[in-house]
Amino acid sequence: MAKRVGMEVSLAIGEAAKLADVDVVAAYPITPQTHIVEHLADLVANGELDAAYIPVESEHSAMSACLGASAVGARTFTATAGQGLELMHEVLYVAASMQLPMVMTVANRALSAPLSVWGDHSDAMAVRDTGWIQIFTENGQEVFDNVLCAFRMGEDRRVLLPVMIHLDGFHLSHMIEPFLIPEQSEVDKFLPRSNYPLTLDPEKPVSMGAFAPPVIYSETKKAQEENLAASRDVVIEGWNEFAGVFGRQYLPVESYRTEGAKVLLLTMGSYSETAMGAIDKMRNDGMDVGLVRIRLWRPFPTQELRQAVRGSETLIVFDRALSLGGQAGPVCSEVRSALYNEDSRPKVANIVGGLGGRDVTVAAFEEIINRGIEMAQQGSEQKFEIFGVRE
Amino acid sequence: MIKKETDVGWKDLEVGCIVVDPGSADQYETGDWRSQRPVHDNSKCNKCGLCFIYCPEGCVEQLEDGLYEANLFYCKGCGICAHECAKDAITMIEEAG
Repeated sequence: MAKRVGMEVSLAIGEAAKLADVDVVAAYPITPQTHIVEHLADLVANGELDAAYIPVESEHSAMSACLGASAVGARTFTATAGQGLELMHEVLYVAASMQLPMVMTVANRALSAPLSVWGDHSDAMAVRDTGWIQIFTENGQEVFDNVLCAFRMGEDRRVLLPVMIHLDGFHLSHMIEPFLIPEQSEVDKFLPRSNYPLTLDPEKPVSMGAFAPPVIYSETKKAQEENLAASRDVVIEGWNEFAGVFGRQYLPVESYRTEGAKVLLLTMGSYSETAMGAIDKMRNDGMDVGLVRIRLWRPFPTQELRQAVRGSETLIVFDRALSLGGQAGPVCSEVRSALYNEDSRPKVANIVGGLGGRDVTVAAFEEIINRGIEMAQQGSEQKFEIFGVRE
Repeated sequence: MIKKETDVGWKDLEVGCIVVDPGSADQYETGDWRSQRPVHDNSKCNKCGLCFIYCPEGCVEQLEDGLYEANLFYCKGCGICAHECAKDAITMIEEAG
């Protein structure tokens, strides 16, 4: 039986990694790092978790150490946030293209300058194209559950990819929330040990991360793209299996009160729960509004998104990051691209908000929806707006 | 038998593009970098082996009669052999086309 406890989300993520019986944790502890790796350090030092804890000299080294751990077949976990994720950047591509499974939680934070450790999605968007499976979460339990799911999905022989779980910095990482913590035996059953097909082994030497001249590089990238796209089915299968055992169901795109809605708001991350409050209030006031949330960010759930917005007239995409100099926020650009070739599609408006930890309340989401409806009428002249910015 | 790299399709690649056949780098034709080719005048050659020693690619081979020849599959045309040859027996010739 699962036990219900109150716990800081970061600590609960450490507990999830412990229940997943990780072999190696490599992490750099200084701000913007969270309590996730601090708690794991405690668990290892106290003998509660039998794992190698590698304290490294930077985030770049943290990810590099994780590569090595995964390459010998160890179950590998790390966590980072904000600037730390950026320092890992080049090694993230290596983990994905060498198909080295591992799980990393990212407490999403704004990027410098100016210095800000508060939450937004700038760090996540900068690593969008690194080839990792990427999942966004809305509350602590979702992060906890998805850490368990992520090991199963990433280690699956049909996938063999690293998985990134995004959680909003502070709004999730530093909150104390209620958790249902499953029994070790339940987790063991859901998450059996996996042997990777090709690991570093002196008995059977292989070369990893070898040189690829122009004659073969395109083929390696095609293989990577096909593999990441095909991981979608295994991700969905993993969530379905999880629902069967633990009773909580996750989907690539999730809808809230979208029945008959002509106006839809689209969000990603913990603000989705705040936005639900606004949807409830506006529905009670008689407006046909609903909420669509993207959970699976990579591989992008194109079909599910199209299905979720079908029949709507206005779609307001709420981004928590800027694509400086671009057409819209990063999520909106993806959404517009996914819908462009559809014969019938909603007008898409884009509002960016919640930058660098700026609070967006239920009342603010009402304003965002109303403003988005106005913006959508402006046709090709409309530009994205930053919500609540002072002149 | 290792497939020639131009015959390898994306479906042929191992997980993570891991190389499982040792020594597969010898399939890499560095010779196609070459814009000049070494031509040996064997009437001048005294078989001293300087070209063999100095070749950074290790592609100069000694033949049964003791003379030397560059393996053009690997020769990048750097010209070091021609520069080092004590007898000026090696000339770099422009590759046609």
